[in-house]
Amino acid sequence: MKFSIQVNEGPYTHQASDTAYQFTKAALEKGHEIFRVFFYHDGVNNGTRLTTPPQDDRNIVQRWTQLGEQYDLDLVVCVAAAQRRGIADADEAKRNGKDANNIAPGFRISGLGQLIEAGIQAERLVVFGD
Amino acid sequence: MNDEMMDDEEGGGGEVKTFLYVNRKAPYGTIYALESLEVVLIGAAFEQDVTMLFIDDGVYQIKKGQDTASIEMKNFSPTYRALEMYDVEKLYVDRDSLEERGLTEDDLIVPVEVMDTAQIQDLMESQDVILSF
Amino acid sequence: MLHTVNKSPFDRNTLDTCLRLAKKGSVILLIEDGVYAAMQGTRVESEMKQALEDHDVYVLGPDLKARGMDESKVVDGIQTVDYGGFVDLAVANGPVQAWL
Repeated sequence: MKFSIQVNEGPYTHQASDTAYQFTKAALEKGHEIFRVFFYHDGVNNGTRLTTPPQDDRNIVQRWTQLGEQYDLDLVVCVAAAQRRGIADADEAKRNGKDANNIAPGFRISGLGQLIEAGIQAERLVVFGD
Repeated sequence: MNDEMMDDEEGGGGEVKTFLYVNRKAPYGTIYALESLEVVLIGAAFEQDVTMLFIDDGVYQIKKGQDTASIEMKNFSPTYRALEMYDVEKLYVDRDSLEERGLTEDDLIVPVEVMDTAQIQDLMESQDVILSF
Repeated sequence: MLHTVNKSPFDRNTLDTCLRLAKKGSVILLIEDGVYAAMQGTRVESEMKQALEDHDVYVLGPDLKARGMDESKVVDGIQTVDYGGFVDLAVANGPVQAWL
């Protein structure tokens, strides 16, 4: 089955990103397809490469990057939500006159249309949030 | 000209699904009300069959008379009135949630259809895609 | 339809609203802090037993274990699943509604 995943919360503060990750991983291990993982609201904060979490706990951002690489996932961070919260890639930073960018490897920034498309193209949309 | 030739790039195959946006949170205390509305507006370009459902504190999103000057936040409630222009006309409100909050349809900024529990149960079962915020 | 509830019934009204609006025959899965509703001896036990008359109810085992909840003390009739089971429920039961 083809799934799309929506992640509404950032790393650590809520369990949403963890649960989404475990679900996504389980689905992939069962041979299902993940059309897209879309990060919205504070979920965009899963896409910063600047986190330095404690060594004795999971690294949420890196975990998504690694899963993304392993399964060639489309990890999309919503541009509008990202602009509000300060997540930017090189293009966005340049476009908005910022002196730095912080997007994590494997994530891309795109519009809300990608979420709607994710809902249309998948057979199941599963939302993880607060 | 057949329908397939009229596929718009956004729609991806001309498929129309029923999309239900479930709104259960009050405005301003958190961003979910505003950002879910933004999804609805962008989503309008995809010409899907959209329904917005307001339950629990979500009914406060469409309360009349919001004045945000003193909290210095953008008052986005007028945007609900613009939904019609985006062909989003199915706005449903849970009767129990209104009553529990001492509200009536007259307190709301847009025309809505008030539904009871059984109607909402049926509505939800009929949807292809459910977005929660 | 598969309904997921992720908040404790003692913290939010999410479970109450979900149980009121979930149509008979739909499936309910308790995850994250929502798993507390699955335990015997709570204020919501009778509500859950009533829900079991109209719904198959599941609870996410990993979240129970994480919170020190004893799986053997889950309300009779509520079934425990792991993340793979969560995926299977989503596949088998049509659209997923996340109650947030």
